[in-house]
Amino acid sequence: MKIKHLLSAADLSREDALAVLDTATEMAAMAGREVKKLPTLRGRTVVNLFYEDSTRTRISFEAAAKRLSADVINFSAKGSSVSKGESLKDTALTLQAMGADAVVIRHPAAGAPHRLAGWVDGSVLNAGDGTHEHPTQALLDAYTIRSRHGRIEGLKVAIVGDVLHSRVARSNVHLLHTLGAHVTLVAPPTLLPVGVHAWPADVSYDLDAVLPGVDVVMMLRVQRERMTDSFFPSEREYSRRYGLDLDRLRGLPSHAIVMHPGPMNRGVEISAEVADSTRSTIVEQVANGVSVRMAVLYLLLGGAP
Amino acid sequence: MARPQVDHGDVHAVSQPANDGRIGDGSPVNGPAAEGPARESPVTEGRATEGPVTQGPVTAGPVTEGAVTEGPVTEGPVTEGPVTEGPVTEGPVTEGPVTEGKVIVDGSSLARMVDRMAHQILEKTTGARDTVLLGIPTRGVPLARRLAERIRAFEGVTVPLGTLDITLYRDDLRLRGARAVGRTDLPPAGIDGTRVILVDDVLFSGRTIRAALNAIADLGRPRQVQLAVLVDRGHRELPIRADYVGKNLPTALTENVRVRLVETDGIDEIRIEAGLPLDGAGKGDR
Repeated sequence: MKIKHLLSAADLSREDALAVLDTATEMAAMAGREVKKLPTLRGRTVVNLFYEDSTRTRISFEAAAKRLSADVINFSAKGSSVSKGESLKDTALTLQAMGADAVVIRHPAAGAPHRLAGWVDGSVLNAGDGTHEHPTQALLDAYTIRSRHGRIEGLKVAIVGDVLHSRVARSNVHLLHTLGAHVTLVAPPTLLPVGVHAWPADVSYDLDAVLPGVDVVMMLRVQRERMTDSFFPSEREYSRRYGLDLDRLRGLPSHAIVMHPGPMNRGVEISAEVADSTRSTIVEQVANGVSVRMAVLYLLLGGAP
Repeated sequence: MARPQVDHGDVHAVSQPANDGRIGDGSPVNGPAAEGPARESPVTEGRATEGPVTQGPVTAGPVTEGAVTEGPVTEGPVTEGPVTEGPVTEGPVTEGPVTEGKVIVDGSSLARMVDRMAHQILEKTTGARDTVLLGIPTRGVPLARRLAERIRAFEGVTVPLGTLDITLYRDDLRLRGARAVGRTDLPPAGIDGTRVILVDDVLFSGRTIRAALNAIADLGRPRQVQLAVLVDRGHRELPIRADYVGKNLPTALTENVRVRLVETDGIDEIRIEAGLPLDGAGKGDR
């Protein structure tokens, strides 16, 4: 892979993205073995720097690094010097002094990983920065789509819900476009970002019109913690127009799959029956996350001799 | 550092450094008698005698032992020189700057080498019972397939085949960067309790085999691990030696041994090329 850091899904060329997916396929084969460990990154240090709460992403990165035998240092803003007012830069210099080979960062501010990449020598992996990007989530979604459909090129993908606050949506639009899928964003006008028409995707306000023609539906979480305004009248109304329930599930083509990056608001953007149905790939996505992150760590750390 | 031993009596993969023969140095391998248990004597001998004696390209044939079947003598003269197929013209894919080189083994003698190795495997494993062939990509995979096919042709025994990708076990990630990860496929029955024979094209530093031994340890617990290589070119950096050798080929470190197979390169041949092995295209047991 030519890039040293993974900051944005848009940085990935088609070749790079496919290299990650192919490598992840081989990493996944290892998950079925008795000894789930490879010596590949022995002696390397991976720091998980999390300024925002996270369950699956942090655990997933930690598991990925450990399966490759890297040493993992977990750092969360709570209980660290950040609560005493230490700046990101000073924290970065500390990590630099400890010799981190890779820093996985999640931060509430868009662009924090880019800044960090200028301060440390190791590779920086963006694990979500504000409402900006979450490239490894997009990679694992692409991996999940490919493993279910056998391809990505030419598929129709609907990304539904809170696009405005979603870093997952932004990264997915870039990556799926790079890989040749056709993306339609579906959301109420209030939950679409300014300038969305410049994205390589179609935009629709009508979920029921879009659903019958799609191969993949990706539901986004309504991110109430980021909402500073009232974007829709009530949850019930949002759910009725943009939520995926059993009726809408029946309207999907029979081969279509339902995805959600988690965590879910059951009963808001997705009903419990749909989330637990066989069409849903939600648990698969979590499992695939480890393989994809192993692939990314291997390719990034291996690419920087 | 890699300790390739698979605990019990795995004399094959590891030889005592003292007598490990330094094949590359051309000193006569005293090994076989001294080391290894009695059972393996015939084959090793065959190999050992053959190796150092040769030196020159005259080699190939005189497979003293082992090769019961084929008339060993005939094969001898094959040797160097542009015997059959026009060497230079042929090489279709002229990859990289490395050009021609010298054809040491052509297609028909390569086939005979594989035949002989198949016989040796049958002999030393008493009919290839409980045996699994694991090819190391790239060229170990078609070689393992050919060995299995010959074994089936000779004795009607079907040997399970597998592929062992060792990319993630290499010790040169820091030096060489990430490489594309290949597929590892084991036979459905696995390798626990079996005799695994690793198959590769060129045995050089021994580092690939070191990585393969570690990979095997993570995949199961074979009863025994052996090694079959088409060419042993010497210059070992680790105490590793092969149980079945198609040809001992003393080389200089500045030379490159390139094995080409029909399955991967469109032609069967072994060449020695000039150039540093380190940046030789693709191959190299580094």
